Amino acid sequence: MSLATLTKNWEPMSYGFLDASAKREIRRKMLKAVAVPGCQMPYASREVPMARGWGTGGLQVSLTLMNPSKRVKVIDQGADDSVNAASIRRFLARVSGAPTTLDTLEADLIQSRHRIPEEKLREDQVLVLQVPNPEPLRPVQPNMSIARQMHADADYGRMWLQLYEQIVRSGRVMQGASYPSLVNGRHVMTPSPIPRWDVPKLHMAKHLTILSAGREKRIHAVPPFTRVEPLVFDDVPYKVEDHGGLTCNRSGAKGFFMNEIPQDDGSSTYEISDSEFGVKTIKQAEGERVEFGETWYTDGEMPS
Amino acid sequence: MTITIDAPKLIKAAPLLRAQNVSKTYGAVQAVRSVSVEVFPGEVLGIVGESGSGKSTFLRMLNLEETPDSGSYTLDLPEVEGNLFDLDRFARRMLCATRIGIVYQNPHLGLLMKHSSSGNVAERLLVAGERRFAVLREKASDALEASEFPLDRLDAPPAELSGGMQQRVQLAKAIALEPALLLLDEPTTGLDVSVQALVLDTLKRLQQDRKITMVIVSHDLGVIRTLADRVMVMRRGEVVEAGLADQIFQDPQHAYTQQLVHAKL
Repeated sequence: MSLATLTKNWEPMSYGFLDASAKREIRRKMLKAVAVPGCQMPYASREVPMARGWGTGGLQVSLTLMNPSKRVKVIDQGADDSVNAASIRRFLARVSGAPTTLDTLEADLIQSRHRIPEEKLREDQVLVLQVPNPEPLRPVQPNMSIARQMHADADYGRMWLQLYEQIVRSGRVMQGASYPSLVNGRHVMTPSPIPRWDVPKLHMAKHLTILSAGREKRIHAVPPFTRVEPLVFDDVPYKVEDHGGLTCNRSGAKGFFMNEIPQDDGSSTYEISDSEFGVKTIKQAEGERVEFGETWYTDGEMPS
Repeated sequence: MTITIDAPKLIKAAPLLRAQNVSKTYGAVQAVRSVSVEVFPGEVLGIVGESGSGKSTFLRMLNLEETPDSGSYTLDLPEVEGNLFDLDRFARRMLCATRIGIVYQNPHLGLLMKHSSSGNVAERLLVAGERRFAVLREKASDALEASEFPLDRLDAPPAELSGGMQQRVQLAKAIALEPALLLLDEPTTGLDVSVQALVLDTLKRLQQDRKITMVIVSHDLGVIRTLADRVMVMRRGEVVEAGLADQIFQDPQHAYTQQLVHAKL
């Protein structure tokens, strides 16, 4: 028996770009994160051919979960066609041979920055969110080792204090994105910079959500059917963005999260943020047969 | 030497606070040596002594911030029993937040300087589980009002306030949940005499109105004389003399106490 029979043939790179030990590390930490919903698990974050802060955490999780039969969709601020989203999607396909899609219904794995698709995700789908700052306590406790103790003690008084002061100062909660949310009644997490509109979508969702921060080296997860409750005072109800009555001026879709497009005359028009949903709406209007999934919001309202 | 303070004969109630043989060393330094004390409901106990006499260390242990090397500490409250030094950190934190209030000499220790004053008080209530904004707001301003804080500065951060005002915010935070025990660690040191008098006035009034049990630590005999019913004199970690306030000030027995009283008068 020679050494050559025991070793694998040389390849220019391993399948899915990351080497086996890196993937094992991420798999183990994902399992831990799923086991303790909302709790941040530190992991050995590797270099990927992309700058830190551009979704390296999400990319590593996607690379670990990829196989040639997984159909992948990548979103950046709701759009499938931005440079960042297109590059990540192409990279994922190139290193794993996985097919790609833009349609939420067809995707098995969805990597996203700042948005959750408007169509409901299913049990067999996995959502990977890129997280710039995984620590919800950072604005109130700059010392990270004390912040970890506060998580261990479930000492979230200061998170509430932050909301209290926002209401005192501005008359309402000013937190727009990354709204701190209590997961499974135990850990407060930052759900990555998704708008308030998207936070209720995580509550008792059928799909698995994995949130990964590459620079901060933390993974946390929201397993299927887990409670995700935004922190709110009993007498100051949680409010999503006031987009329920807006109409997309390109597709005519109404009642979804919109991007505001400022006009020369000072007014604004709106375009639907979930670009593929807008495309499907246009196709339908042009008489093409398209399949829509069930949406989280109907007529701009989240059924409770 | 251990000196136990006997309860005044008139007090029939069971002591609220009972600490027995509490000792603490820092390396080779014996900070507190076998101190025992009982404090009765509604009573004010003053602890005097020079710097380094262990009085602040003892107070921090009463606030469960530090664990002693030996000794026991009980509070006569329905929700806790047994030696409080044996509580786990969760129970300890909850007890401190809900039943024990503390005012530090240095407001930086007790306050979030960049958050609003009312927020500082509200944090106490939030830790205790209050989740109604209107109630938080109302209780915070009530507590600040009770500690004679000007309500037009309700939302100013303590960093922008004067020293006397910062102490009032600390006091409001301490009394917001109507604690069973209020600990004061040199509450007026560092304030000028007129402000000191005002803060003492507030403390005195609070004590009369709410019958809060207090333990006050100071090196200033004037402060102790104004507030305390009973006095305990500490030196080098030990209690050298204890008794009724008037007794100690009029007729000090121990050489050190005599020195202290004469130095002041």
